[in-house]
Amino acid sequence: MSPEVLTPVRPEEVALDKGSGPSGGGDGGFGGDSPDPSERAWSVPARAYRTGMYMALAAITMLFAAFTSAMVVRHGVSNDWAHTTLPRVLWLNTAVLLASSATLELAKRGLWSNESRRFIVWLDVTAALGATFIAGQLVAWKQLAARGVYLATNPSSSFFYLLTAAHGLHLLGGVIALLYLLLRARRILAHSGSGAPGRTAVEVTAIYWHFMDALWVYILILLMTRM
Amino acid sequence: MGLAIAVVVALITLISTGIFLSHHWWLPHAISTIAPAIDRQFTLTFVSTGIIFVIAQLALAYAVWRFRDGGDTRRAAYSHGNTRWEVVWTTAAAILFIGLNLIGYQIWASVHFTGPEPGAMQVEVWGEQFNWYFRYPGPDNRFGPTHPEKMNDGIGNFLGLDRSHDADSKDDIVTATLAVPVNREVELVLRSKDVTHSFFVRELRLKQDLVPGLEIPIHFMATETGRYEIVCSQLCGLGHYKMRAYFEVMSQPDFDKWLETQAAAQ
Amino acid sequence: MVFFVLTTVPQSGFGNFALPIQIGAEDMAFPRLNMLSFWTTFVGMAVLLSTFFISDGPPLSGWTSYPPLSAIGKATGPGEGLGQTLWIVSIAIFCVGSLLGSLNFIATTLDLRARGLSLMRLPLTCWAWFITAVLMLLSFAVLFAAGVLLLLDRVGGTSFFIPAGLVVNDQMVNHAGGSPLLWQHLFWFFGHPEVYVAILPGMGITSHVISTFSRKPIFGYKAMVYAMCSIGFLGFMVWGHHMFVSGMSPYSAFAFSVLTMAIAVPSAIKTFNWIGTMIGGKLRLATPMLFAIGFVSLFITGGLSGIFLGQPALDLTLHDSYFVIAHFHMVMGVAAIFGMFAGTYFWFPKATGRMMNEALGKAHFWLTFVGAYGIFMPMHYLGLEGHPRRFSALTGVDFLNSPHLIHLHEFMTVSAFVTAGAQLIFLYNLVYSWLRGPKASVNPWEATTLEWTVPSPPPFDNFAGRHPVIHRYPYEFSVPGAASDYIMQDAPEETKAK
Repeated sequence: MSPEVLTPVRPEEVALDKGSGPSGGGDGGFGGDSPDPSERAWSVPARAYRTGMYMALAAITMLFAAFTSAMVVRHGVSNDWAHTTLPRVLWLNTAVLLASSATLELAKRGLWSNESRRFIVWLDVTAALGATFIAGQLVAWKQLAARGVYLATNPSSSFFYLLTAAHGLHLLGGVIALLYLLLRARRILAHSGSGAPGRTAVEVTAIYWHFMDALWVYILILLMTRM
Repeated sequence: MGLAIAVVVALITLISTGIFLSHHWWLPHAISTIAPAIDRQFTLTFVSTGIIFVIAQLALAYAVWRFRDGGDTRRAAYSHGNTRWEVVWTTAAAILFIGLNLIGYQIWASVHFTGPEPGAMQVEVWGEQFNWYFRYPGPDNRFGPTHPEKMNDGIGNFLGLDRSHDADSKDDIVTATLAVPVNREVELVLRSKDVTHSFFVRELRLKQDLVPGLEIPIHFMATETGRYEIVCSQLCGLGHYKMRAYFEVMSQPDFDKWLETQAAAQ
Repeated sequence: MVFFVLTTVPQSGFGNFALPIQIGAEDMAFPRLNMLSFWTTFVGMAVLLSTFFISDGPPLSGWTSYPPLSAIGKATGPGEGLGQTLWIVSIAIFCVGSLLGSLNFIATTLDLRARGLSLMRLPLTCWAWFITAVLMLLSFAVLFAAGVLLLLDRVGGTSFFIPAGLVVNDQMVNHAGGSPLLWQHLFWFFGHPEVYVAILPGMGITSHVISTFSRKPIFGYKAMVYAMCSIGFLGFMVWGHHMFVSGMSPYSAFAFSVLTMAIAVPSAIKTFNWIGTMIGGKLRLATPMLFAIGFVSLFITGGLSGIFLGQPALDLTLHDSYFVIAHFHMVMGVAAIFGMFAGTYFWFPKATGRMMNEALGKAHFWLTFVGAYGIFMPMHYLGLEGHPRRFSALTGVDFLNSPHLIHLHEFMTVSAFVTAGAQLIFLYNLVYSWLRGPKASVNPWEATTLEWTVPSPPPFDNFAGRHPVIHRYPYEFSVPGAASDYIMQDAPEETKAK
């Protein structure tokens, strides 16, 4: 036990900590407004944000696994299951979402090579495609409702609305994260070295976005399957 | 302080074990064919876990007393553990726990894996908030269909029978008490009108949930006449505590007479 | 109690304070997320408490909320209307808060450890919080899913859990085809890991305190870590043992009961190792240690009654009886709370800079320890007699309404009042010591982990800019030849040299 460790806190460090430092994680992995990480004596490594994101994805996986098992069991125990034919617009939506993953990768490349235009334009396109997907899902709901198929019509339609809504809400979180990145695009571009908070935020958001993309493909297959 | 802990832990251990051993509070008198096996399994588990309980608690008490800091200059032993003991302990625990379970499993199998003996008497058990109803199939040995839309406690049609249209329902007998003949195999079919309930007769050592939407069969043979109680043991609402019915085991002639009276009252 | 006490206090309460210091970090990885998690949980609790102030009253279907009782609405009883809906909303919010918290714990433990602090040098408290966080992450998402389905059944007209043909109070219920057992499966898939969420942090604190106050390295550190990992892993595969008499396929009971017995093995290892740590030690019987010893005793008692309940054949008579209440209160209720008390007395000097009063602490321990046995031991006897749980009165059943059993209830009630009264001593001690307690030194317990290298209370960023470096395993007590009987984790190598 050495007494020399009992140095008091330097006030400027406390002040720095209040506003700085990347924090967040979760849906967007929002970057903070730290001017330069090297100014700080102590900072959270970028890999912690990736870990945090992977953990969030693990939880989301469990959520959808629970929905899936509920769907399988609910189908198994009853004789009132009638397959819900999927609205055609879903295929268009799927294409839009897959494309958005590609455009996000292009935006990332833009950031890596520090081409601000490329980064911002492709990020814009990704966010727009994401919003289009969500709008498209709402169209799908309207088409189903026009056919007289509602949430409580049939167990299969219950699961259709449930799964698309749950996925849509998660994707909406992703769109908000993208908009946030756009808002901060200048800052991110100004400090885009490896390990910079802004760059980490982009990476983590991309992980989330691609996961949402893959999750949608899974849900689509699940909904298509005639059990 | 070390001595005090040792004494209190030892006292708690020995007194609570003593109360178990005194059988002042114990499993109630058993009246079914499977009950003795369950009681044997219980006793076997009680003896083996009881020995571990006493040894472990006393070892804890001893360690606290024997190795307390007495203010002397002695230093604690420097040891990171003992792998051999660890393996011995783990293996012993695994064999004991899983062994106990395998022994007890035969009882479970005899209750649930084999159906009732042929010629078993069938009775339907119905639960609702907070009453029990029992339905005997009558001379035709067939239960009539139940119609949820016709269920109405107010007019006494508890199970929604349509006696004027359904031939099988005509002679069905609905009662508020479960009576069975002694030494006769009985198959109960458990059904619920509203929420989940649980059928429990402690003297039979038999418990099974009544799940709405499911018809769950259980079977037993009562070996002693007498009057016992059926209680609900799955939380079913505000009146859960008073959801009770009598369970009567009768001689065959008494039972026949009872059933006749019930049939007349329908 | 299960959600807002046993889930939050041992994990988020102690963990958020002690985990970063013990691993040499300035704070948790995501402080804002942490704050969000706190306030989310707070809102969840506020929603739950609000049910006491609505005309309908609080929900009455218990923490398991089995449908259809919880799914149909007002018809099934008071509190089953708006109160039950609010319960689901509250628990869903709580799930979100817990998920945010747990991913923070995992990222912090994995990525913010000080240099030299390998996983096998983590204090056992950190291991416990880490494994608990993993369990929470994987189980709360499932509860959330179940909650969403239940809510849709209540307000969306769906039929996930409500079967056809229900008649409640002579009224037909307009649903069809759902399965009440589906809820039970989803709920217990969460519910069983949940009991380990409650108890694992207590195990970690107990291990930590017992080693520190025995002045002896923990017996079988690796075995302790592997035992906690296997408890966590197996915890996901035993949910069916809550459903032996539920109407689930009786064949699956076999697998569930064997796995349940298997989970008893790592629990036995832990008990053995706690006692093994004490044997040959030099026990300082301060209040944290007393509660840790109490934890071990309660854990033995509560753990062994699980051997009865894990056997489906014995469940035919013991399921949902007072025997079950005795079991889980001993093992995950009172034992977990003893873990919290041990943690409070242990870290209070670090958190506040003042020592708690030992005499009051000891009085609190004795009354709580004896009182807890007085409440929960007799429940075993009631359970044997076939006393079902969740009865609000004994007047409805003849065999319950007899002096034979009522005497036990009276004894338990007196014990409960004594135990509750003892908590006033604790509260008084807490407040008094906070204001007036003697100043705590940096390391009053002569413990070895990092939190005892920083001032009491620690500065805002824990280490005031310093980067601790770890040189050894966390429990180096009574090392032969060393000058003092403990060596700090961050003491340089030479300290060990003779």
